[in-house]
Amino acid sequence: MAAIYSLYIINKSGGLIFYKDYGSKGRMDTNDSLRVASLWHSMHAISQQLSPINGCSGIELLEADTFDLHCFQSLTGTKFFVVCETGTQHMEALLKVIYELYTDYVLKNPFYEMEMPIRCELFDINLTQVVQKDRVALLGR
Amino acid sequence: MQFFGGSEISPSPPVPTATGNNAHMMYVFNRNGVCLLYREWNRPLHTLNPQQDHKLMFGLLFSLKSLTAKMDPTNAEKGNLGIPQLPGLGCSFHSFRTNTYKLSFMETPSGIKFILVTNPRTGDLRETLKYIYNLYVEYVAKNPLYTPGTLIRCELFNTALDQYVRSIA
Repeated sequence: MAAIYSLYIINKSGGLIFYKDYGSKGRMDTNDSLRVASLWHSMHAISQQLSPINGCSGIELLEADTFDLHCFQSLTGTKFFVVCETGTQHMEALLKVIYELYTDYVLKNPFYEMEMPIRCELFDINLTQVVQKDRVALLGR
Repeated sequence: MQFFGGSEISPSPPVPTATGNNAHMMYVFNRNGVCLLYREWNRPLHTLNPQQDHKLMFGLLFSLKSLTAKMDPTNAEKGNLGIPQLPGLGCSFHSFRTNTYKLSFMETPSGIKFILVTNPRTGDLRETLKYIYNLYVEYVAKNPLYTPGTLIRCELFNTALDQYVRSIA
């Protein structure tokens, strides 16, 4: 039982640069995850158009029947979103931590090309640690 | 299948906002994308003209439903993205929240979609939408002068709706 089901990171143009599944039955193959990421990018933009009030920055939380989707958009337009169980708390904090890991291990990596898929080992290692710690904190084991 | 309705612009006489009314607007669509009702109580920003706004809203909901059905982590057997989901089939979302508004959504088994846009601090509005659906059944569906699939022009429905929405905490 995972605290989060999956994590996606999409670049400012809507392309998927990172996808990790933490044990859901709905694990997707590469093509599907790419499509879902682009779809989310578009939905995020459209939701800003439909706002009745000025200054909308897009969907932050989507609540569905069997899961919740929390989305964090950085100032540069990179979006981090997690699929988790309904009612999971503190996902915003987790997303901010993941963003910090992204800035430290991906952006500061001189071999990383901007907007390209993330292939940074240290990022993967630290991300797994953070998610594991989150899982332990949440489930108490 | 005619996907988007005719060219009539839905009339929405602005109701003077009473204090305590925190709902911005409401949409009702049928399964073909025809906007049956659009009520506006508090909308400072209009980005698009009414028809485009309705189409965009319907398109957004259609795609979000398709997305949630695909992303469902508890269901291994899924179709492809973009297949129209029958009402009730596949995981559907019931609300989403942005920093400026919260949109609550409910689809009935007959494909009637109720959308309520409120301020972001609103709680779970699923019961509210069910009540509004009951209002729809009483004042619209049971109205012998109403043709299904057309614009809702039932004064009693509008009045009851306004009264109820005003009372939402």
